[in-house]
Amino acid sequence: MAEFSVQLDKVSVSYGTNAALSDVTVAFPKGAVGLLGPNGAGKSTMLKSLLGFIPPSSGTLSVLGLNVAERPLEVRAKLGYMPENDGHIPGMNAVTFVAYCGQLAGLPKADAMQRAHEVLYYVGLDEARYRNVEEYSTGMKQRIKLAQALVHDPDLLFLDEPTNGMDPQGREEMLELIRDLAHNKGIDLILSSHLLPDVDYTCDHVVVLNKGAVAASGSIDSLKGDAGRMFEVRVKGAPAPFIAALTAAGMECLETDEDVMRVIVRGAAAVQGEDQRRICELARQSGAQVRHLRASVSTLEEVFDRAVDAP
Amino acid sequence: MSPIHDQSYRRYAGTRAKLGSAWTVIAGTGIRTLLARKWFLAVLLAAYIPFIARTIHIYVVTMYPTAGQVLPVDAKMFMQFVEQQGFFIFLVTVFVGAGLIAADRRANALQIYLSKPLLRMEYIGGKLAILGTFLVFVTVVPGLLLILLQVAFAGNLEFLKANLHVIPAVVLASLARVVVASVTMLALSSLSKSTRYVSILYAGVIFFTEAIYGVMRVITGSSRVAWISITANLENVTDVMFRQPPRYDAPVIVSVLVLLGLLVVSISVLERRVRGVEVVS
Repeated sequence: MAEFSVQLDKVSVSYGTNAALSDVTVAFPKGAVGLLGPNGAGKSTMLKSLLGFIPPSSGTLSVLGLNVAERPLEVRAKLGYMPENDGHIPGMNAVTFVAYCGQLAGLPKADAMQRAHEVLYYVGLDEARYRNVEEYSTGMKQRIKLAQALVHDPDLLFLDEPTNGMDPQGREEMLELIRDLAHNKGIDLILSSHLLPDVDYTCDHVVVLNKGAVAASGSIDSLKGDAGRMFEVRVKGAPAPFIAALTAAGMECLETDEDVMRVIVRGAAAVQGEDQRRICELARQSGAQVRHLRASVSTLEEVFDRAVDAP
Repeated sequence: MSPIHDQSYRRYAGTRAKLGSAWTVIAGTGIRTLLARKWFLAVLLAAYIPFIARTIHIYVVTMYPTAGQVLPVDAKMFMQFVEQQGFFIFLVTVFVGAGLIAADRRANALQIYLSKPLLRMEYIGGKLAILGTFLVFVTVVPGLLLILLQVAFAGNLEFLKANLHVIPAVVLASLARVVVASVTMLALSSLSKSTRYVSILYAGVIFFTEAIYGVMRVITGSSRVAWISITANLENVTDVMFRQPPRYDAPVIVSVLVLLGLLVVSISVLERRVRGVEVVS
């Protein structure tokens, strides 16, 4: 059994002269992995290359231990793909469409129809299954895309921006489904999104892409840990000298929304309370009064910002 | 946050078809979908009107041989039947073929199809099979049935013995039309997301080449330029198959090469247009 669901080895993909992926080497562990990155980072390109839609100009891609270039059909038989853009087979109602997708993936007709009913029920479209897909709302179209990706019971799911265009309740339900698939149904998945809370809620690992290269990868917990110890600080008086003092002391001020700033202390874990004492001492030296000082939890957003902003 | 759905998803442990058979699913579903449309059934039935007329013709000539002096039953009659079906080939090709890929492109269905375990060639093959099946139904099937009916009405194999080449001629001349029409239409269908536009484009290709040939024939005073017209090329090839004197001065080999060239261009278009992603350069 392969340890990783997906592996890329020195993969480069170009659209004409524009490089979408540049010499990317990364492995996606089994389980739920978030594929993060700003628009144009190469997330969709990576998924489409893994599906065999876009051949790489160099490098090797493997999915579930199978080389994509050599065994594309076997790879796609084990994959479920939920595309970013709306897509359906014209002229079909939901249950016919999903059953048809099951048949295309090799399921016998009767089994495909039975599975279609089951997955439509699972994604919450059971009452709308006899309606033409063209009449569906945006949220329902997202669900039917998930249903067609699930009907043949794939071992690995590629979900490309699965909550796009959904209302808050629909988004919450979609995230619940994704989390359930990954954590209770034993389906590995790669969730491509630019929405950090979606990835934070559903995934255990993350790969951050930026400008066609891997900016960070690992388990979300470890990446958050790497961010250092973080504190929320509010001071009275001019913050500039205080920020300068913190920076000179090797600390980092991430943001200064309103009058609260986030201070990151890197290096080995200090003695309990040592970081707070240092911050207060620096504030005193720079003439600022600390009005609020609280330990803060690092977020995926900070991990993302750090990865994307890194030179 | 608690799940609001009954989490009923379960793993599938049943059988799966061998890879490489997905085109049969595409073809079967497409054929069933079209047969469910009454207007299309009407077109298919209308395509058998010439067959009924020819059946009566053969029956009358068999029963009253003197009628054969006016309307003989010979290889040329079967050739005329194949050519008459050209009108229905056009209708079926436009009705069935225009939306085969165009509708999928409009609905972004290609990314769905090609994310499944099927090759692009399987997708194209499945779509071709849909159109090809109906075209065979209005050409090869009635053509061969007519030959059978001639034997049945005559009660002997005399005609067949004297005209054995008619069987392969009917099959090959019909298949030439089926292949040219389906591959060309499929290529045109892959060029647009609008079924209506594809229909107009196909009609344009057929009639425009015919019109250009007509003008060139008047200007040059010769039918050596018949290779310009797709229809004339098919007729030129058909004359050879039915061992009839050629009606055009254009060499048959040129007509064959033009038709082959048309197929190569169409396949090349399909290869470029049928993809899981649209790459905009």
